Amino acid sequence: MHTWLNDGFLRSSILLLTIVCVCAGGVRAQAPSTCLDCHAALDPPLQVTQAQFSQDIHAQQGLTCASCHGGDPTKADMDAMSKAAGFLGKIQRKQIPELCGHCHSDGAFMRKYNPSLRTDQLTQYKTSVHGKRLLQGDTKVAVCIDCHGVHDLRPASDPRSKISPLNVAQTCSRCHSDAKYMQGYGIPTDQYANYNLSVHHEAMTVRGDLSAPTCPTCHGNHGAAPPGIDSVKNVCANCHVFQAQMYDKSTHKVAFQSAGLPGCVVCHSNHGISLPTDAKLGTGPEAVCMRCHKPGDICDQARAKMLQDLTQLDGAVKAADRILAIAESSGMEVSEARTEQDQARDSLTKARVTIHSFKTELVEQDIQAGLQIAAKTQAEGQAALAERDRRRRGLGLSLVIILAVLLGLRLYIRQIESNASKVETAELHR
Amino acid sequence: MVADPKTQPEPARRRMIEILLGGGLLGSFASFIYPVLRYLVPPPVAELGGDQVTAGKIGELKPNSAKIFRFGSRPGLLIRNSDGSYRALSATCTHLGCIVQYRGDLQEIWCACHNGLYDLNGRNVSGPPPRPLEVYEVHLRGDDVVVSLKREA
Amino acid sequence: MFATLRNWIDERFNWADLTAPLRKKTVPAHDLSYWYFLGGITLFLFGIQVCTGILLLLYYRPSANEAFESVQYIMTRVQFGWLVRSIHSWAANLMIFTAFCHMFSVLFLGAYRKPRELTWITGMLLLFLAMGFGFSGYLLPWNTLAFFATKVGTEITGQVPLIGHGLKVFLRGGEDVTGATLTRFFGFHVALLPGLTTLLLLTHIALVQYFGMSVPPAVEARWKASPSEARQMKFFPNFFLRELMAWYIALGVLGALAAILPWELGAKADPFAPAPAGIRPEWYFMFMFQTLKKIPAKVWFADGDVLGILVFGVAGVIWLLLPFFDQAGGRRGRRLVLGAGIFALSYIIAMTIYAYMAK
Repeated sequence: MHTWLNDGFLRSSILLLTIVCVCAGGVRAQAPSTCLDCHAALDPPLQVTQAQFSQDIHAQQGLTCASCHGGDPTKADMDAMSKAAGFLGKIQRKQIPELCGHCHSDGAFMRKYNPSLRTDQLTQYKTSVHGKRLLQGDTKVAVCIDCHGVHDLRPASDPRSKISPLNVAQTCSRCHSDAKYMQGYGIPTDQYANYNLSVHHEAMTVRGDLSAPTCPTCHGNHGAAPPGIDSVKNVCANCHVFQAQMYDKSTHKVAFQSAGLPGCVVCHSNHGISLPTDAKLGTGPEAVCMRCHKPGDICDQARAKMLQDLTQLDGAVKAADRILAIAESSGMEVSEARTEQDQARDSLTKARVTIHSFKTELVEQDIQAGLQIAAKTQAEGQAALAERDRRRRGLGLSLVIILAVLLGLRLYIRQIESNASKVETAELHR
Repeated sequence: MVADPKTQPEPARRRMIEILLGGGLLGSFASFIYPVLRYLVPPPVAELGGDQVTAGKIGELKPNSAKIFRFGSRPGLLIRNSDGSYRALSATCTHLGCIVQYRGDLQEIWCACHNGLYDLNGRNVSGPPPRPLEVYEVHLRGDDVVVSLKREA
Repeated sequence: MFATLRNWIDERFNWADLTAPLRKKTVPAHDLSYWYFLGGITLFLFGIQVCTGILLLLYYRPSANEAFESVQYIMTRVQFGWLVRSIHSWAANLMIFTAFCHMFSVLFLGAYRKPRELTWITGMLLLFLAMGFGFSGYLLPWNTLAFFATKVGTEITGQVPLIGHGLKVFLRGGEDVTGATLTRFFGFHVALLPGLTTLLLLTHIALVQYFGMSVPPAVEARWKASPSEARQMKFFPNFFLRELMAWYIALGVLGALAAILPWELGAKADPFAPAPAGIRPEWYFMFMFQTLKKIPAKVWFADGDVLGILVFGVAGVIWLLLPFFDQAGGRRGRRLVLGAGIFALSYIIAMTIYAYMAK
């Protein structure tokens, strides 16, 4: 049946029309811009392609090249870049923060796009090391576009963004790990390398924990500066509350403060924070206490006691684990004991936190609680093994009885059959 | 027909076989019946209840306080609100698995490991936790506070 | 004392006449007589399943929320619960194994031939019911492996042409495997299948008693040539005592398995978790499972899986009607059946080994 919909020409025309309308509608969101016509074909650093710019969040919100660079985007040739039209050309690095701040610090303006975005970035930036140095004329420091990108700027929630938690450390490292670039500033360039070895980095990249700390978490982003020596502990305390509380009440706080030492960093370092093991309390290469304390003094004794307690509980938990594993592989059901083992492990974690009070009595309390649980689960494991042995003995007994029956049956069969055959033979011989 | 003594095995041997067989059969039946009889006796703990659990007794908790209870193999948090009613949630922090606690001063649920906070509906409001806590149903039955899994729609 | 009891019954029921056939019953005695044990052992294991099953029923709860915990309870809290449950699980597998052996021995020894066709048919139906017992019972502990094995198994059923979807929904009690499936499988396992099995079993045993034990063709020929070699053994007490020995050996094996290799519990099923690697059915379904895995996705115009299922369906029907193929084939009939038997046995063994090695 030949209806109007079957007409091939009509069909393709409608399709084409639809495509054109959709494109026009899409293009309507972006004002006509001739800049990219030329600049897409140029070489870097003048190159900006449509592909790049379409990813940019400013472009998606309706801003054009002229919004920042000035000029007349409707003109198709070099007239577009006339001074008369307000063309600014390449923005000077020194001017970038003010340019971005022109919109981003204007609360009323930003409310039109995203009311919950902060508008104090410029103010914060001016307090940062980057901001202060820029004011003094150092254009090597980071300005807005160095971290955020410029023509393909993405929000922080976009995992491809240079400032996404997953990527921001690498963004910082572009300058801060470049020894040649950082010459003359007098700060180390190994932070990124160290951070990559840390627990926090592992938490983010291996466990996917986006809440794990990265550079801006401790240094701030716009107001980036190292935390003061006295403030390091406050920064760590944002997550590690208990450790900080205990440290505050301990002897070390006063001691470190008066010596001008940076709190947590003294034992845990700042960038390359490794997983703290009990070896930190030991006397080997990882030991931290003996860097200051003298062998044999009262602190050394306390250290030795705490290490001994921890080792004891760790050993007890591991021993109980082993016996439960044996019981399980023999087929015994020990899931309840396994759950209780979790509590024993919790006590061990708690004890390791309590170390930060540097008081052996407090550590002792947590250890004792854990030892009790571990003793209980150990006993449960033993009981499971004893039960397994009981079952095997029971099995052995029943197998003996079965063997007796089998033997009895065999002999009985032989008896009645030899009897029968003897009767047959006797009869045959009658 | 008279049994020919030559066709019968010696009485002693017959006796032994009889005892072996009879005793063995009896012993084997006993070894079957004994476990069955023990099996039939109900154990002291009536059930393992994975579905619901008695988390505590009425009056055990003061208002604005909480306790940890065992829910199958998981820890649960039973909270008595300031107005006397009860609520129960999973006590396993959704960040790294630590056991959370109730903070009467904040009227929120707090995880000591990394300072995570949840509101009383289990929603993660601050700190590292990525997901809310699972909420359970609470019923009062006689003297008992019974916690059960939320019924599927 | 037994004598008084016997007299009491005899006065009322004529005990002597009732038991006369049993006293007279004989069993052919030859080198291959030991194969006669297999049927009895299967029956014995079924009896053990009924007893341990009833014991498990006292504590088991057939709901998705409580099934796993109730089995855990039986394994840990109930006195000798571990023994009852492990025996039930092991005897199930052993019973299906002996049922297969029984079927193949009947095939190779020609005991399906006229007049025993109905015995063969009832026996094959019993074998299918036994596998149904295995499939339904496997889900009841509601652990991860069972849940996903059931999912895959019922999914395959759903691919039967025309009736497949209806069959799948009927088995699952819905579109997906849920608590409804568990309840339904429980009903199949403790009521429907036992009912059907009892009827078929009584018929099967009655037929065996009626026709007596068949003699393998080779032995038959030998005995026809020299009749003095033909020997019969009295069923009671001679054969029965020997059978009793076999049953006791089976008991010993079961006890050892239960105590040394207890049946594991696994983890509770989580329908929302992704399927773990290495999901597979129990060993007696493996040869079918592996076949379906290896068939290419498309064979000519037909979907590979559907083709596989149809082939197995047709094979099942042929197997059911094997005695008639033997008769229809005339002199070659027996050879055909023997060939089919050898092929089937080798295929099953080879595919099962292949399935386990390929993991």
